[in-house]
Amino acid sequence: MDVPPKSSFILFLLFWFPIISSLIAVRSDFGEEEFSEDLLLKPLPDRKVLAHFHFQSRAPLSDSFGRHHHLFPKAISQLVQKFNVKAMELSFTQGRWNYERWGGFDPISSSNAKPPGVELWAVFNVPPSQVDTYWKNLTHSLSGLFCASINFLESSTFYSAPEIAFPPASGNLRYGTLPREAVCTENLTPWLKLLPCRDKAGLSSLMNRPSIYRSFYHSQRLRLTLSNSAADELNSGIVLEQTLTVLLQPQIVGAGMNYGSEKKLQPSWSLSSIFGRKVNGRCVLATSSSVFLQIDGDLFTQLENLQKNTAIYAADDIGAEELTSNHGFELSIKPDRVHKEVEKGSSILYEYEIKEYTDTEQFDLSLTWKHPVVWSSPLPPLHASRFLMGSGNERGAMAISLKQTEPTGGFVCANCVEERCELQVNVLQIVPWYIKVYYHTLQLFVNEQRQAVTDFVEKMRVSPSEDKVSPGLMELVLKFPCDLKSAVLSVEFDKGFLHIDEYPPDANQGFDIPSAIISFPNFHAGLQFPDNSSLSKSPMFSKLQEKSHVLSYTEVLLVPLTTPDFSMPYNVITITCTVFALYFGSLLNVLRRRVEEEKKRLIDEANKKGLLRRVLTKLTAKFRRRSSEDPQPPSASSSSIMSPRLILKVLIVAGIAVVWQYYSR
Amino acid sequence: MVGSDTNKLKPRPIVRLGILLISHCFFVSVVCLTAGVLALLLLPVLAKNTYISENALMPGSSNNMLSSQDVSEANKLVKDLTSLELRSRDSGIESQRLIAQYMSDLGAEVTYHKFYPQLHQFHPLQFFSGPDSGIIGKNNSCSSLGVNTVGIIRAPRGDGKEAIVLVTPYNPTKTGMGEALSLGIAYSVFSLLSRVTWLAKDIIWLVADSQYGEYSAVADWLREYYNPVFGNVNTGDTCKERNILYEPGQKPYADRKLYEGFKRAGTMAAALVIKVTTESDYFEDSLNIYAEASNGQMPNLDLINIVNYLAVHKQGLRVRVKKMLSLLNSSWLNTLGVIFEYLGQIARSLNPQWKFGIPATEYVEGIATLASSLYYQGLGVPTGPHGAFREYQIDAITLEISPKVSLTKMARHNEFLLRGGRLIEGVIRSVNNLLEKFHQSFFLYLLTSPSKFVSVGVYMISFALLVAPLPIVAASLHSNANNSDYNFTKEKSSSRATSGSKDDVKHRSWNWLNSAKKVLIFHLWGAVVSLLPYFVCQMPNFTPTTSFLVWALLSGFSLLILYLILGSQFSETAAFQPRDKEWTSLKSVTISASFIGLCLMSVINFATAEIGALLIVPMCLIARPLKLDIEAKSRRTFAKAACNLILGFVGFPPVTYVLFKGAFEGFHGINIGEFWNWVESLWAWNSATYLFIGMVHLPCWALCIHILFHPC
Repeated sequence: MDVPPKSSFILFLLFWFPIISSLIAVRSDFGEEEFSEDLLLKPLPDRKVLAHFHFQSRAPLSDSFGRHHHLFPKAISQLVQKFNVKAMELSFTQGRWNYERWGGFDPISSSNAKPPGVELWAVFNVPPSQVDTYWKNLTHSLSGLFCASINFLESSTFYSAPEIAFPPASGNLRYGTLPREAVCTENLTPWLKLLPCRDKAGLSSLMNRPSIYRSFYHSQRLRLTLSNSAADELNSGIVLEQTLTVLLQPQIVGAGMNYGSEKKLQPSWSLSSIFGRKVNGRCVLATSSSVFLQIDGDLFTQLENLQKNTAIYAADDIGAEELTSNHGFELSIKPDRVHKEVEKGSSILYEYEIKEYTDTEQFDLSLTWKHPVVWSSPLPPLHASRFLMGSGNERGAMAISLKQTEPTGGFVCANCVEERCELQVNVLQIVPWYIKVYYHTLQLFVNEQRQAVTDFVEKMRVSPSEDKVSPGLMELVLKFPCDLKSAVLSVEFDKGFLHIDEYPPDANQGFDIPSAIISFPNFHAGLQFPDNSSLSKSPMFSKLQEKSHVLSYTEVLLVPLTTPDFSMPYNVITITCTVFALYFGSLLNVLRRRVEEEKKRLIDEANKKGLLRRVLTKLTAKFRRRSSEDPQPPSASSSSIMSPRLILKVLIVAGIAVVWQYYSR
Repeated sequence: MVGSDTNKLKPRPIVRLGILLISHCFFVSVVCLTAGVLALLLLPVLAKNTYISENALMPGSSNNMLSSQDVSEANKLVKDLTSLELRSRDSGIESQRLIAQYMSDLGAEVTYHKFYPQLHQFHPLQFFSGPDSGIIGKNNSCSSLGVNTVGIIRAPRGDGKEAIVLVTPYNPTKTGMGEALSLGIAYSVFSLLSRVTWLAKDIIWLVADSQYGEYSAVADWLREYYNPVFGNVNTGDTCKERNILYEPGQKPYADRKLYEGFKRAGTMAAALVIKVTTESDYFEDSLNIYAEASNGQMPNLDLINIVNYLAVHKQGLRVRVKKMLSLLNSSWLNTLGVIFEYLGQIARSLNPQWKFGIPATEYVEGIATLASSLYYQGLGVPTGPHGAFREYQIDAITLEISPKVSLTKMARHNEFLLRGGRLIEGVIRSVNNLLEKFHQSFFLYLLTSPSKFVSVGVYMISFALLVAPLPIVAASLHSNANNSDYNFTKEKSSSRATSGSKDDVKHRSWNWLNSAKKVLIFHLWGAVVSLLPYFVCQMPNFTPTTSFLVWALLSGFSLLILYLILGSQFSETAAFQPRDKEWTSLKSVTISASFIGLCLMSVINFATAEIGALLIVPMCLIARPLKLDIEAKSRRTFAKAACNLILGFVGFPPVTYVLFKGAFEGFHGINIGEFWNWVESLWAWNSATYLFIGMVHLPCWALCIHILFHPC
């Protein structure tokens, strides 16, 4: 039964041909589909380290491969094809981004700081009437894909269609959030599955689950964009960006807390100390794989000052060499490239390209501080916070407060329209329907003075909520003078009642109002590097240079609503039934009763029954006489006989009950 | 029930029952009253042990993480504060800056909240309006500026929707050792919480500037938190800003350019006020729990339960709640306790499963605690800064920890701080576990000991029994009056022609309206009397005694005026009624009115209603014209009259107050001005008890007196 060698070779060929041919195809068309991985590290003023992973996959839109892809995840491309998604962003976040300490005016914060829970928006390439159906299908697909309850966004009470205040605004946009969604490793695993190397090789191998989920903030994001510009063939296609932003606290060596001293050394860290792992090498499928280390502009100026103060150092020339061997800190590995922003006092990027490493020599970048430095992150133009006002279960108010962050006051004229300096602020506020917002109560206080809303609002779009159908949506385009110190928007609302089966589990916690989005279209977060440093082919590098709106999310609010006592439906039913029975019983009685007729009837009955009763009483009397030989008056009035008997009966029953109770124990 | 058929025209059984009760109203009212008082006295016996109702709380299920290092840092803060106090006289700002420095070194967000403490004033129209931003006093002087220091720790992975508040009242100008230690306890917990990873809710530490009162500092901060006023802040502009706090260069490491406005951290889940008192007369460290907020509102019982559980089982502290100490030595209570104990033993010998009866000493303690619980709930004045939180539906309690030895001994500081800190840590950890807000356990309860409580279902019985005779007696009086009227008019009409009989029937059924009018006038007078203090306290330079006298004079005057204006009408209309029967109808209406008043009050503040019922009900039930009793000239009627007089005397609110005060604190040094002060405190705290006294108790008393001296 052995197969001749020739035929076995043919079989072998038959078996392996598709694989080999596909391998060849990969070789030949590698420029078409590409994948790249990057990691950005950034020390933060409050002793934490930001790690931002950025994976980008790109696939051409053409059907040259049929339905197959080499690097690009098939699930995503199917999603794009099936639901006509033009652009989409899905983020899973745990924790809050601290705009004051971690920055609010840089590309990372404005595009990667997300509200807690799940946020999803998508733009569809379909006629407006079909957008809702496509959205619903998309939510279900994503829900299955990412093991999350995104399918709750299907309900029209959870999503809305912002048009003017949301940056990628367009007619076919749908936006929804689930603030209470818990994010964990079950959401990360499917996300990692979309990467060609998963977390087996390359930078993603750093993602040690315990260290990631111990972080102070982590946000995993997936963004799809469909660029089909006919002119630029190379750029057309699906671009899938996957980012993971984590904030880690390096272990403080020697936890001696010396209080009261301002001069505290920042904790030194290395990749292995913050992640517990090192980089073994690049993902072989990635076209570029690099690690960046960003030094904030303010930190750089502080370091420069430090250098000037220490007179030992002769500052002659500021070159790349000097930048790498900075006085304030020390890097374990010499960077491959150093990029410096063109503006004065701007940030520096150190770039490392990941090569193949052996087991003995792994990539483990470490940063050691030598001198204590104090600096601050770039702050957003206005500090936005939102809070609830009022007490009680009936009504309340919600306020968004915007405060100038620069204590000196006045902005750098970012977008000066003629001589008037204006600061544009877009506000997007989505409110669930059970918070019944009265939009006419919208009040605006500018610099502590109440002002007419119309003086500052350039554009406004309000779609009031509809009970159990759609949430309320308020979009505002506000224009403030540049010398704005503070502005407060407040709006009042009534708290609604839900039907008993509409309450979510743990209803007594309260109900969430999703984050409002405050964006500043005049301000662009983006690093500007000189042209000669654009040697780097890394997509992250270009992403950092991209001009994006400065955007910040406010806090999620928790509104306590009236909740029924879920544990006592039985009591409620019993009491209600009793009350109803009493009410209807007495009502019917009153309506039905005719006193005169009843009286007549009673008399008639008494007459009729008289004979029977007499016989009965005689019989009982006889019976009694016979049994107890006790002479009793035979014609005693029955009522006087009956009452002691009744008492006797009651006593007997009570006695039986007591005895039974006693012996049943 | 064959027999019932024969009696043909018998009304329905429920009506029969009613008629039975009404016909035996004397017997019923005596039985109900004694049963009501007995039920009240039985409450300590019926009290149940507390238990943790919410499973999510899981107190004490985790090991304490508070280490001696945190404590030694806290001790350093305590030493710094006390040395600062010794070094410089004007250390107010310095010490606050020191606390802020310590807070921000832990990585907390620190802000100062400046406020102008409000004087409590009587606003008749804003009685029940609750926390309102509109009532900002006009006469705030700039000199009385208070500065609260607030530190916020953001939960590392939390969503920031909820927060737990720690409050330590602190007087920066006069720091005692106790206050410094309470700061130390809070600081040790705070420093631990700034490092832990399990936090789900933000932590707010409020160092309340208590130089103008603990309550007002906390209330002002809460008002700013929940009801901020935007625009037209005139108080801030007129006063010269004291910006000493924000000197350049003083800002900590990372917060150089931070936003310095008021900071918030979501909905508050619970609040703990920490205090340390210096003196303790016990032989072990003890913990006092204060829970009563305004108008008898209590925090959820679970909060007290956690504290009690952790303090007793984990930290070995002796937990106490307030007691009426004078009751502890009373012999009649002791006898009662012995009787109950004996009864309990008998019951247990009959059936070992009847767990009835407690030891007599425990009973007396229970009664003392219950009395204090009733009194402080009934008073309606919060017993500490935690009361300010209840206005916003936040559960809060004050924990007063007192060490067994004097605080000046430095050696024991660390141990004391460790104990206190671990207790607070455990409570915070427990509340942090809570997913929902406190809702599982009781809100309406009376404590008979820190670990025993009487729930609303049980203590309602005694009130219901006390109040039950009122409608019965009112109905019986009404029917009696009608019947006698009927007889009276029958005689009259028989002598006259039959033409007037229809009119008489009409009068007969409506003549209670005259009494109702009278009662209404008295209640109106009560309302006027309760408004009068507003005008009296406008007068400057009045001592409490003169204020009280002016108030009393004005009250009498207003009664006279009201009587002259409105009373002249019904004296005419009353001519239809025989004078000797007028008082029964008046009494019946009075009793109905007091019944309605008591029932309404029981909804607002149960304890007040309970105490009020104890005073009013016997007075109302027994009220009867003295003239009748004296005319009858028997021993029984004299006793009745004496009873009436005594009850009428005791029922007068100032007399009641003086008697109670004398009974509990001794009679020396009591003057009538104290009553004025007491009333002033009631209205200043918007207590509903004030309204009850003014609009239910006082008119009832006046009506009873009116009946006593009725010329029949």
